[in-house]
Order: sequence, then structure tokens, then C-alpha cells
Amino acid sequence: MISEALVVSAVLFVIGTIGVLTRKNAIVLFMCVELMLNAVNLSFVALSKLHGNAGQVFVILVMTVAAAEAAIGLALVIAVFRHFGTVDLSSLRLLKG
Amino acid sequence: MSDLSRYFFYLFSLLTIGSALAFVTRKGPVPAALWLVNTMFALSGLYVLLDAPFVGAVQVLVYAGAIMVVFVFVVMLLNLGRAGDRPDLRGIGGQLTAGVVGAALLALLLAARRGDAVLPALVPSSTSTSNVVEPVAQLLFTDYLLAFELTSIVLLTALVGAVVLAKRRTAA
Amino acid sequence: MNAPNVSGMLMLILPEVVLSVGAMITLLLGVSGADAGRSHRAAMAALATAVVGVVLAIGMLTGAPLAPGTTFIANDGFRWTLTALLCAGTGAAVVLTEAYDRRAGVARAETPALLLLAATGMTLLTAARDLMVVFLGIELMSLATYVLVAMHRTSARAAEAAVKYFLLGAFSTAFLLYGIALVYGATGSMQLEGIGSAVASGAKLPGLLMAGVALMLVGLAFKVAAAPFHLWTPDVYDGAPTAVTGFMAASVKAAAFAIFLRITAEAFAPLLADWHPVLWVLAAATMVIGNVLALGQQQIKRVLAYSSIAHAGYLLVAVVSFSAEGATALVFYLVAYTLATMGAFAVLVALSDGTDRPLVRQDLAGLRERHPWLALAFAVCVLSMLGFPLAGGVGFFAKWQVLQAALQASVPQQTLAIVLVLSSVVSGGYYLGLIAPAFMQSPVPAARPIPAPPTGVRAIAIACAVVVLVLGVLPSSLTRLAQRSAPSAFAGGPTVATTIQP
Repeated sequence: MISEALVVSAVLFVIGTIGVLTRKNAIVLFMCVELMLNAVNLSFVALSKLHGNAGQVFVILVMTVAAAEAAIGLALVIAVFRHFGTVDLSSLRLLKG
Repeated sequence: MSDLSRYFFYLFSLLTIGSALAFVTRKGPVPAALWLVNTMFALSGLYVLLDAPFVGAVQVLVYAGAIMVVFVFVVMLLNLGRAGDRPDLRGIGGQLTAGVVGAALLALLLAARRGDAVLPALVPSSTSTSNVVEPVAQLLFTDYLLAFELTSIVLLTALVGAVVLAKRRTAA
Repeated sequence: MNAPNVSGMLMLILPEVVLSVGAMITLLLGVSGADAGRSHRAAMAALATAVVGVVLAIGMLTGAPLAPGTTFIANDGFRWTLTALLCAGTGAAVVLTEAYDRRAGVARAETPALLLLAATGMTLLTAARDLMVVFLGIELMSLATYVLVAMHRTSARAAEAAVKYFLLGAFSTAFLLYGIALVYGATGSMQLEGIGSAVASGAKLPGLLMAGVALMLVGLAFKVAAAPFHLWTPDVYDGAPTAVTGFMAASVKAAAFAIFLRITAEAFAPLLADWHPVLWVLAAATMVIGNVLALGQQQIKRVLAYSSIAHAGYLLVAVVSFSAEGATALVFYLVAYTLATMGAFAVLVALSDGTDRPLVRQDLAGLRERHPWLALAFAVCVLSMLGFPLAGGVGFFAKWQVLQAALQASVPQQTLAIVLVLSSVVSGGYYLGLIAPAFMQSPVPAARPIPAPPTGVRAIAIACAVVVLVLGVLPSSLTRLAQRSAPSAFAGGPTVATTIQP
């Protein structure tokens, strides 16, 4: 079952990666990153069945940090919306070389 | 491992991947968020089946319950609920890149599974489930006390950051 | 499961305790007392905290021989030298951000507090020997930096930079985490020591281990902005407030390299033959891409952004050399690079007019007539980045050390050394292009009058330049310090497997 869980985790991670690379909406993109973190958590839980509970402790930490990241990330998205009136990353073109 | 829990494991796995696919193909942010919540619920089922009931509970409370609610809240606050008239996908070049990167990554991760044959041999005897919190708590508050304390500083940073970014601008 | 040895642990993480408590005091000062001068008092408290951090680290370096650390926190020369360097960088950043924010009219107490919180994460990264601590240190540093980039809330450019930085940072963190998970799965340990010994004795799950190492390297390469994972750097460095850009270019990069070296040295050493070619390619590509793309840039901050990418390439050469000499060169280079970067950015802060308008080369025109000392300091710092002999002070010896390390590695890296020298020659094109207007052209009347630079900013610019020059005359003192600062993993001499391909 550990092996199957690792496969599920890999598939979720790849779905998240493809989402990050194809979407332009900053909020949806950020949700794809959350999906990737969830995939990682599944790996940790599966592997902690193998190696003891340290993996589960790591999952708790990842969740805490994800919450902190969500707070800051969404505040940044709001800041961008205030300036640009959109959260579409392709219309953010002030910084060009 | 009884057949019943194996059956549930496959069920939740399918649910997880199906919801994730539905999430990533939705156009509007709100349906996407709801499918992501669904993914997270299904994942918490997997956690329980993998002998991590505490993590499963926290997953529902923190991820599905708190973090995703904040996402939906921001979507509503900015009135982004409807899919815009502009497509939310990058051009064909970006999609191709994503496809290639995704395929390469999946190949790498699945190739990593070679040698999995030893996995079942390594599985330790199932831990007692009479007390679900204790095994995690014991590690968290002894060996990983430092990491636990650090999360408080991370949260302080997030708190200060969110306040300072989102606070209404003062005239001063 | 042992009961934690709290007092012993507290001693090992004293700098982090000092910095985080200092951040809290700074925050409290920001909301107490008279309105006027609040942000200034907060900045002074933050500066004092950073100075305490420097003193503490130097005290540990010069005091009694260091006791062995734990499996979570290292207690070696590497940790304390880089902690001193990072605290010094943070102190300089506190002064620069305060001056810059004041000019823009947005000075507030949260900025120095967030700088200290970022510094807490950074100093932790110099010592972390457990992947949980590594992860939390990186996140603490990154989260505080995301906010610092967006601190000027009237600037759309800053908001754009911050959200791009955030999304790519979170994306790369996911890769790093997945790598950590797979390495944990393959070795059963979160601790660098445990991973190292498990890897040395032959992992039971080699596929999982390889994938984990690859993903961790991708995550770390993002953090140090190595090509091809550098794409976020120019935009973020350009849009961020100039003082924050200096902090990112100097200190955040140094901290990322600290953990990069420790992880490769302590955990992945037995796998050297596998990841060495990958890092080799990354190092070469990073040097070439950074230097070539910098040539075409008009804006000063973008030039310096690509230049910082090139420096990441030089530092990667030191990592690739993988020896005690390489680690010595890395520490030496980080000291020289931090000094030069902070000095150059101090001059840019002095020249900014308080808007988020990008600085172009014309803004430097006639600097020699307006501010002769700043012009000299700028020239010295930029020449030091170039690695120019004599006038560039310690920068020349930094590159020399990296070259020596590359050539003396257990398998000499001649090709990398040649790429390093050639790309450094190319970098002369844009570095001299930065200095030339300051000395050759006459001043252009500014659209907005630029007030006289504050004393603190001038002091930092000139102090950095002076130290660069002094260390350029006496490089052996810094070399001795750097030699004491190789991570303990290298202490036993070159233990490295000799299976590297040249």
C-alpha cells in the first residue's frame, strides 16, 4: 500500500506542476502549489509508515507553514489586484528588461 | 491489511486523482477551489488508511477547513468568481513546455519506484492505534521541539506580513 | 526518545534567539511611544540586535574551542563565520532600508522587524543539520523576504515583483519538500548525518534516493538562482525596493549557499559521482548566462541581478570542487561578495529619489563631481565584483581562491576554471559600463532633486569599500578565517570519493 500511495502522490505532484506551468490566474496557480504540497504530504505519511513517525511530524509542520504561506500569498494577490485590477499574471508587464 | 481497507484505499486513491484532475481543468477559481477541497478530503481518507488518523483529522481541519476557506474568501472578496473573458491558460508554447516537464517529472518519479519490491519487506508491524495523538506528539515535543518552536516564529512572520500588506493605507 | 537538553540547545541557537527576540522588541517599539521617531527607534533596536549577533558569533569563533554540535544544529567555524557575515549584512540592510523608506515616505517599524526575522531563518540555515530545520529556515527567510519586497505599497512594480517571487518561491519549495520526502523514504532519516551514513552504506531504495536528490537540487538551485532556474531573479531584483534588493542579492543568496554546501557535504557526499556532473553543468551555464545577459541590460538593478546570477555560478564552482579548499573558497567568496554588493547597493540607495523609477546608467553620470567619495566607493565595490587586481581589493583574491580550489580538486576542473576566467573577462564589459558614467560624464540635472544621502548610508558605502581594499592588501587574514570555517564534514581532509569525472 505504501508503494501505491507513492504513485498517487507522484501523479498528484505532476498534476500540480502542470497546473502551475499552464495557468495564468495567480490564485489558481497558488492552489496548484497547494496541491503539490498535499502530494508531498501523502508521500511523507506513506513513508512514515515505513520509518516511524518523523514523517507525520513533518506533515504537521508543512501544514503550519502552508497556512503561513497562504496568509502572505493571498495578501500579495490582493496587493496586486489593487494595483492592476486583475490577478492574471500575463497582464503584469511592468518589469521588463 | 484486510481486503476491505485495501478496497477503500483504491477508492480514495481514485477519488483523489479524479478530483485533482477536475480541479486542474476547471476554468473558474471557485469550482477549482471546491474540487481541491474534495481532493483534500479524499487525501485525509488515505491518511487514515495509512495509519495516520491524527494527520487525517488535521488535514480536514487545517487544509480543507481553514486554508481553502481563505482562498475562496479572497476569490469572493476580489469578485473573481466568474471565469473571465480572457482564457486562463498560457499559449501553446507554455502548454507544450508544461507537458514536457510534466512527462519528464512523472517518468523520473515512476522510475524511482524501481526497487519497490523491497518495500513490503520493510513494513514494520502496525502501530497500536489506541492513542492516535501520542506517537506524533511525543516526537514533536521532544526530538523536534526546536522545529516546533520555529513554527511559532514562522507564524509570527506571516502575521506581521499579512497585517502590513493588507492593512488599509493610513494618511500619515 | 531523549528528553531534550534545553540549555545546551539554547546555547547552540543563541543567535536565533537573540535575533527573534530583537524582532519582537522592534515590533513593540514600533507601536509604543510618540508617533514621531517610532520607526527610527525600531530601526535602531534592530541594528543593535544585528550588532549583538555579530559580536556573539565572533565571540564564539575566537573563544574556547567549539564543542561538537548536535544532530540538529552544527557548532563549527562555518556556522559562526557565516552567522557573523549574515548578521552584519542584516545590520547594513536595516540602515539602508530605513534611509530608503524614509525618502519614499513609508518608513515603518515592520521593515526592520522582518529583516531580523529573515535573518533568524538565514543564520539557522548556516547551522541546520536536520531537514525539518532546513525547511523551516528556508521558509522563515523566504516568507519575510516576500513581504519585504512588497513593503512599498504604492508601488505597482514592487507588487508585481513580490507576487512573482512568491509564486516561484512556493513552487520551488514544493520541489525541495518532495525531494526531502523521497530522501527520507530512501534513507529513513531526516538528519544530514543519518542520511550520509545511510547513503554510504548503500541505500535500500536507490531509485527513490536518486529522485529525491534530484528534486532537492532543483529546489536549492531555484533558491540560489542558478541557471536555468534563474528566470525570476531579474524581475524580482528590479521591482523590489533598492535596499531590499541589496539584502536579497547579498545575504539571502549567502544563506542559500551555506545550506547548499552543508547538505551536499554532509548528506550527499557518497553520491558525489551522481550529482557532480549535474552541478558542473549548472555552474558553467550559470556563469555564462548571467554574464552574457547582463551585457544587454540598461537598468542598473537588472545589470546587478544578472551579475548576481553570474556570482552564483562562481560560487557553484566552489561547491563543485567539493573539498576543504572549495569550502574555504566559498566562505572567502561570500565575504568578499557581501561586502561589494552591500557597498554598491548603498550607493544606489543614496542616489534614489524616493520613487520606484528604475535607475539607469545616466543616473550615475557625474557622480564623481556630486559625491566624490561615493563615486570612489562604488568604483571599488564594482571592481571587486569584477575581480580586478589591486583596485578591486579582495574581489580578485576571492576569484583566485575559487580558481585554486577548482584546479586543486581531487579531479581538477580545468574546463570550469577556463569558463570562469573567460566569463569574468566578459563581465568587464558591463561592470566598466557601470563605472564609466560616474567618472567620464558630467552630471545630468535630475527630474526630482535628490536630497543629500544620510550619514548611515554613506558610512556603509565607504566602510564596505575600505574593508574591500584592506582585505585586498591583507587577504591572508581572511584566508585563515575561511580555512577555519570549512564545515566539519571536510575537517578530515579530502575524504571525497575519487570517482568524479573531469
